[in-house]
Amino acid sequence: MTTQTKPENGQKAASLRRSAYDMSAEMLSQEIERRVLAVTVDNESGVLARVIGLFSGRGYNIESLTVAEVDHTGHISRITIVTSGTPMVLRQIVTQLDRMVPVHRVTDLTIEGPSLEREMALVKVASKGEARVEALRLKDAFRAHVLDATLESFVFEVTGSPEKIDAFVDLMRPLGLVEICRTGIIAIKRGAEGI
Amino acid sequence: MSDIMTGAQIVVKALKDQGVDTIFGYPGGAVLPIYDEIFQQEGIKHILVRHEQGAGHAAEGYARTTGKPGVVLVTSGPGVTNVVTALQDALMDSIPLVCISGQVPTFLIGNDAFQEADTVGITRPCTKHNWLVKDAETLAPTIHEAFQVATTGRPGPVLIDIPKNVQMTNGTYQRPTGKPHKSYRPRVKGDLDQITRAVELIEQAQKPVFYTGGGVVNSGPAATQLLREFARSTGFPVTSTLMGLGCYPASDKQFLGMLGMHGTYEANLTMHDCDVMICVGARFDDRITGRTDAFSPNSRKIHIDIDPSSINKNIAVDVPIIGDVAHVLEDMLRVWKARGRKKQSVAAWWDQIEEWRSVDCLKYKPSKKTIKPQYALERLQALTKDRETYITTEVGQHQMWAAQFMKFEEPNRWMTSGGLGTMGYGVPAAVGVQAARPDGLVIDIAGEASFLMTMQEMSTAVQYNLPIKIFILNNERLGMVRQWQQLLHGERYSHSWSEALPDFVKLAEAFGCKGIKCEDPAKLDKAIEEMIAYDGPVIFDCLVEKHENCFPMIPSGKAHNEMLLGEASTEGAIDEQGAALV
Ligand SMILES: Cc1ncc(C[n+]2csc(CCOP(=O)(O)OP(=O)(O)O)c2C)c(N)n1
Ligand SMILES: [Mg+2]
Repeated sequence: MTTQTKPENGQKAASLRRSAYDMSAEMLSQEIERRVLAVTVDNESGVLARVIGLFSGRGYNIESLTVAEVDHTGHISRITIVTSGTPMVLRQIVTQLDRMVPVHRVTDLTIEGPSLEREMALVKVASKGEARVEALRLKDAFRAHVLDATLESFVFEVTGSPEKIDAFVDLMRPLGLVEICRTGIIAIKRGAEGI
Repeated sequence: MSDIMTGAQIVVKALKDQGVDTIFGYPGGAVLPIYDEIFQQEGIKHILVRHEQGAGHAAEGYARTTGKPGVVLVTSGPGVTNVVTALQDALMDSIPLVCISGQVPTFLIGNDAFQEADTVGITRPCTKHNWLVKDAETLAPTIHEAFQVATTGRPGPVLIDIPKNVQMTNGTYQRPTGKPHKSYRPRVKGDLDQITRAVELIEQAQKPVFYTGGGVVNSGPAATQLLREFARSTGFPVTSTLMGLGCYPASDKQFLGMLGMHGTYEANLTMHDCDVMICVGARFDDRITGRTDAFSPNSRKIHIDIDPSSINKNIAVDVPIIGDVAHVLEDMLRVWKARGRKKQSVAAWWDQIEEWRSVDCLKYKPSKKTIKPQYALERLQALTKDRETYITTEVGQHQMWAAQFMKFEEPNRWMTSGGLGTMGYGVPAAVGVQAARPDGLVIDIAGEASFLMTMQEMSTAVQYNLPIKIFILNNERLGMVRQWQQLLHGERYSHSWSEALPDFVKLAEAFGCKGIKCEDPAKLDKAIEEMIAYDGPVIFDCLVEKHENCFPMIPSGKAHNEMLLGEASTEGAIDEQGAALV
């Protein structure tokens, strides 16, 4: 989801830069950074809509978002959001999330790192002959698993960093790639400490 | 009464336990059980408005005058969609509102039932939080939680959507527990290290300014007192946003008037040239900053705000202090005194400010023939200043002139739609203020166009004997739009005429109010006195100069020191790029 406004032409760009609304005026030169946020929330109805609505309403980016209940007795869900923006925007994202009523805690895992990021993908490949053999060989190299097999297809499960999954998917493309499904990133801090 | 009761009874009981004495609402199928309970009780007064938007703004007016949350009751579907404008208005201006809406029964939700709307979906972005209550057992705790959320931290509107079957089934009533919320805990005490850093800056300041806002009003009377004490003991100049007017007495010579797009010359130049800015409960919005990259370029900025997301949103600050204004000012003042009340001489700074002040930026060309809008407000100010006067406004030129020419000595006397700029706010807000202050003189300073947006609430005023005065600065124009078209769009006055206006005197009479019309400056005082003396609602049609512009003005996208002072300075002052901004 990319909702940040990009000026379309020179004329408009110049005027936008002068807009008092355009926060990025002084931020334009600043680099866009990527962040992984862990957000713990009450697992109540509508909470995900609130979080997503905040991002779309204020024009923030979501590169990926995953959510599941992590504490079934306390009904706490953990949302992992990968986002990007200038430092000022990123600060806004954290404080805007943090002030929402059902949000317990927002942790910037990129800043508070080191942290581990993992993503899982299910990849369907249909091929015969040498391509099929090559797909199987690559599966081993990427430590993927075969979840389903027919005489002309496989479903692989591959886990790792997003880059590793990208690489695996790219290799499968010429080998009969049919379909991809990815979870988006989940992340956790290294070491003994929790968030 | 046992603790088992119907959902509708729980609602009324919870409201009473929250200290509610007045609610503003409009009935319909999905809230009939609650209305039935209201009928059978005493203690809560219900004011029947004429449109749900009016209920919302009336509750806002009530809240801003009293400091208590305003309560709104509406039915499902159109009842809710009508109140959305007021919810967003309250969100932008940080006004505590609790809106209770009826919903179709739980078993019909999602079926496109009659008068069904996705209320929590529609109001999610325009409330601080909202709830759909599906079980009468959770109703009481949810209502108490709603009051807590609306009134603490940065105040704002909340909504509780209650399906009709939940109103009719039994549940257990639970009293407010006073327990802290499990996830929502706004911070009220400021960080002492940051406060000390702020005091160090204040001690060294040679060109300081207090930039105060609506957060001071919201923080309550203690915040106002502390601000006044701090400002007086330092001798620093004070300016205020539109929302903060009244926190610092307008008559005090340390007060520079309002800042921002239509603020005073001295306030804006003081902000531009200062070396230490102490922002107290304001949020650096675009109407204040103008061009952000030229905003107060040489100052170190201290920012006190209860909402962490307000800090570093538009303007990067040096010393952020997250906390409630009253708490933070108390600590700050204590630290400053403990360190020996040190300060630099600000005499040279005041000399400079007095020079700016001597420009007399609010002066206008008087006229003997037509009533100048500024003159009308000067007279209104003079003739009301010794009374307990409350001013509401609509949105437009008249609003900005009101902010410039009405002088507020106390907070909670001025209610205006700042953040959202909602035309139609003033009449219902006046209804709400008058309901809270039956003995006050409540005046809506209106434009003729804005008045037409919510004028049906005159009927509410008549019904409840609320003697509000609508003082229309009638320029027969959407004046503020016309001004922008003149200055920014080559004098092409596209649809900015108020044509086919009603006869406001007859309209007043049709409502059962008094109508007064005045177009002669010489007769104005007498007419205003007649309005004040009348014991009942009045519509005052004050025909004013039609083409007067509101100055000073900082055009969008310009810096504070690029202010337009009057007609002579407007030639070519606004370039094409400026026209793209709002
Ligand atoms: C609901 C709404 N619609 C449109 C606007 C845009 N707008 C701002 S001021 C204005 C003109 C207001 O005219 P009037 O009430 O006569 O006040 P004046 O400026 O003439 O004093 C308009 C249309 C608004 N602020 N609110
Ligand atoms: Mg007008």
